[in-house]
Amino acid sequence: MSTTISRPPARGSRRRRSSTTDRGFNRVFRWIAVGAGATILAVLAAVALFLISEAWPAIMASPEELASGVPRYPEDTSLLGYLGPLVYGTILAAVLALVIAVPVSMGIALFISHYAPRRLSQLLGALVDLLAAIPSVIYGLWGFFTLAPVLTPFWLWLNDNLGWFPFWGGQASPTGRSMATVGIVLAIMILPIITAVSREVFLQTPRLHEEAALALGATRWEVVRTAVLPFGRSGVISASMLGLGRALGETMAVLMILSPGFTYSLDILAAGQHQTIAAYIAADFPESTGLGVNTLIAAGLALFVITLAVNMAARWVVARRKDFSGAN
Amino acid sequence: MSVATESSSPGGSPDTARLLATVDPARRRTDRTMQVLIYIAFALAMIPLIWLIWTVVAQGADRISIDFLTQSMRNIFGGDPRGGIYHAIAGTVIITLLATVISVPIGILTAIYLVEYGKGWLARSVTFFVDVMTGIPSIVAGLFAFSLFALIFGPSVRIGIMGAVALSVLMIPVVVRSCEEMLKLVPNELREASYALGVPKWLTIVKVVLRTSVAGLTTGVLLAVARVVGETAPLLVTVGVTDSINFNPFEGRMMTLPVFAYRQYSQGNAPCPGGDSATCVADIASQNAWGAALVLIAMVLALNLIGRLITRWFAPKLG
Repeated sequence: MSTTISRPPARGSRRRRSSTTDRGFNRVFRWIAVGAGATILAVLAAVALFLISEAWPAIMASPEELASGVPRYPEDTSLLGYLGPLVYGTILAAVLALVIAVPVSMGIALFISHYAPRRLSQLLGALVDLLAAIPSVIYGLWGFFTLAPVLTPFWLWLNDNLGWFPFWGGQASPTGRSMATVGIVLAIMILPIITAVSREVFLQTPRLHEEAALALGATRWEVVRTAVLPFGRSGVISASMLGLGRALGETMAVLMILSPGFTYSLDILAAGQHQTIAAYIAADFPESTGLGVNTLIAAGLALFVITLAVNMAARWVVARRKDFSGAN
Repeated sequence: MSVATESSSPGGSPDTARLLATVDPARRRTDRTMQVLIYIAFALAMIPLIWLIWTVVAQGADRISIDFLTQSMRNIFGGDPRGGIYHAIAGTVIITLLATVISVPIGILTAIYLVEYGKGWLARSVTFFVDVMTGIPSIVAGLFAFSLFALIFGPSVRIGIMGAVALSVLMIPVVVRSCEEMLKLVPNELREASYALGVPKWLTIVKVVLRTSVAGLTTGVLLAVARVVGETAPLLVTVGVTDSINFNPFEGRMMTLPVFAYRQYSQGNAPCPGGDSATCVADIASQNAWGAALVLIAMVLALNLIGRLITRWFAPKLG
């Protein structure tokens, strides 16, 4: 922030004496820096362009061409009809993860910002961040070999006793390789990002708001409910959307845990019902050729568009909040 | 301002005033309950962290040996318990270093642009799209690198540099973000003192701003490396797999640690007629996967630890 304060005089002086200060290597260095910034925009544009160019043959192909060129492609299905169940599976997995992760990470963020001892809070925050550092392939190994067997009896019990509930019906998987297990692993993976953003917002709550609530005799929870949560609401929303973006794009954990299928089923305890775009690409890419590759890249393009929209919406909420928060 | 009135309103509303005037056991009960729930939420995050790290160490420690770390998987088939991950470690180190070489200059220069020069629509859109870029799914970055190289070299190309390009797409925004924070921490008085001595702006940035924040920049870069070193999906679609050692990122497929762990996992159990023996172990593939996972997690945690310690030890004492 302090840099912006000093800038106006600097700019004014350069305008006046631009020949003396902005010349030689000064100018070269400025252009290098500007070029690096522009590179970022160019890379993002290139990602979109190259994906479109490689996906184009599949987008333009007729259902007959796709059926003959792509292995395991169902007859008489358009590309959109083919990608539909994948998009559904991707969104189902991400929403499931979000439903589990948001309440927990709000709790963690409040714990770190308002409940834990001040001196410990930085260390505890770093511990939560460690969850984000663990590679997704290790989450996959752990989810498949360790977590799924542990959760299976619980899923079977839910299926037996509460099977009338729409999500818990169907034939529960005896191995636990179902959407429900994937949802839990994804929730663990997106906890750190949601926690980190919410924590920052909660810490920005104006001290006076909290002290005002305390002076009125509020308990600690009432301080949180009346001062911290209303202040942090938009922050939590955007944090959740960032988490959603992460969950949508997660590949390895889904690929290794989920037993894939291509339906619009709601039965999250059953195996062989769902598949996500990212896991589908990673599973089929090494063996694909020709039009098969183009189809996979078209799926990747769909994923790119979905995550881009979610992330841009999230960042937009954050940016808007910065302008109107009243704290800064 | 609207926030201020909203959250100070409890004092004004008669409802809350009545609530605050009476001693209410229900309020204390709610307070206690929420406190317990919030403590539980934190415990819920720690359980998987500890459980996961413990599982990896317990499952992987047995497989780690000098042979496992110094041999490749060339000519190792079925349940043969020989072989190791040397080729995967080499591939991971080479590809990650290349990705670092590509991303760090772009990342740090962009951070310099945003902090020292940035204004107007370009700076605003760079900031916005750097944030958006952090959310690109890793598999999409892999597909981008594939599309780029497929247009140039044909669709069957699989080389290490492709993986490095894919990882750079994921790494650049992380580097920009953390370096930007670090450069903002440099006090303006240092820059002004330098200008007052007649030092040109670019020399001020190089000699004063970068010099002051070098510890923070190192931390940022190390954390970014830690983030991409475990990426699997982009390498799966760009670098392919191999059982042999390949030090050349510009020719031929390479193996990397996360992809190795995934490949071994997907092989399943090997057929061993006559049960386990010295030459045939049925679950050797999953043992290999856990061994690779342990090496990988050790690398990631070491990078995280070193990164954080560097800031603590070498950060200049400001103010």
